[in-house]
Amino acid sequence: MTTGRAAFVAGLQAVAPMVAAIVPFGVTAGVAGLDAGLGPWVTMGMSVVIFAGASQLASIQLLDAGAAVPLVIVTALLINLRMVMYSAHLAPHFQQASGPTRSLMAYLLTDQAYALTISRVMDDRPLLAGHCFYLGAALPLWGVWQIATAFGYWAGAAVPAGWELGFFVPLIFLALLVMSIRSLPGLLAAAVAGTIAVAGASLPAGLGLTLGAVAGIATGVVAERWRPHA
Amino acid sequence: MPDPVWWVVLAIGAGTFFWRGSFLVFGRGLHMPDLVRRALNYVPPAVFAALVLPGLVQFQAEGGIDAPRLAAGLLAAAVAWRTQGTIATLVAGMVTLWALRALLGG
Repeated sequence: MTTGRAAFVAGLQAVAPMVAAIVPFGVTAGVAGLDAGLGPWVTMGMSVVIFAGASQLASIQLLDAGAAVPLVIVTALLINLRMVMYSAHLAPHFQQASGPTRSLMAYLLTDQAYALTISRVMDDRPLLAGHCFYLGAALPLWGVWQIATAFGYWAGAAVPAGWELGFFVPLIFLALLVMSIRSLPGLLAAAVAGTIAVAGASLPAGLGLTLGAVAGIATGVVAERWRPHA
Repeated sequence: MPDPVWWVVLAIGAGTFFWRGSFLVFGRGLHMPDLVRRALNYVPPAVFAALVLPGLVQFQAEGGIDAPRLAAGLLAAAVAWRTQGTIATLVAGMVTLWALRALLGG
């Protein structure tokens, strides 16, 4: 019981700066829903049902542009495909958690919750009550995401565009990226993935991301083989 | 009569939950070959680089890249590397971007 509470608090502490930084992202999602004329229920419904910022923004843009429904759905699911890799990476460490707990963990899975939890695991720090750490990181992200979307819908249009608060989004991923590079093969994986994603940025949404990620992972594995003791 | 957009929201939500639960819920205890296990260790650097770099290297409509954005990103990366701290990274990136925009007149 005490272990669980301590792990939950450790998760809260680890996620605190990330929680502050997703506010502009959530506000952007709310403003986008307003601008696209989706109405408050659909805009909030997206944040509750989908709960994945990049895919929410992309699907709002596509709906607003009058794209065909299957294209909107496929694009969003391609953007979120990386969640399969997160799920596969996390799963072996949570075999002992109950079914309902793992379902809740899946619903709450985000880039941030995954990155913080897996970096604990890979540090070889004992992850006692790991699901409590994970939930401590994941739940505040969920709550703040809902509040930020609502604020964006009703008040976000008042935030001056000149502040460029949207820049917080790449900065969050930058912090997660630097935290995740722990070896030369990891650095090579990041370099290849990033280069291909930039080159493929004009491809239909999600494709550049997926191609870059797959090529980067392959690079990491091959580089590790060449330097097995690195 | 619900808005047809709801079907889009529900379809994306259901699909995304399927992705998220693929191994945590549905494929629990699925045997993973050793190669896959090792490959998964490269998911964080590869996926986060693919997510972040297109946001830093933005090509402008009139040609050329958005230099203040890229410079702010590079400085934030250096700060992240040195401090391993999220707050320092965010502050360094935003302050640099604002300062460069002010200096260069937008």
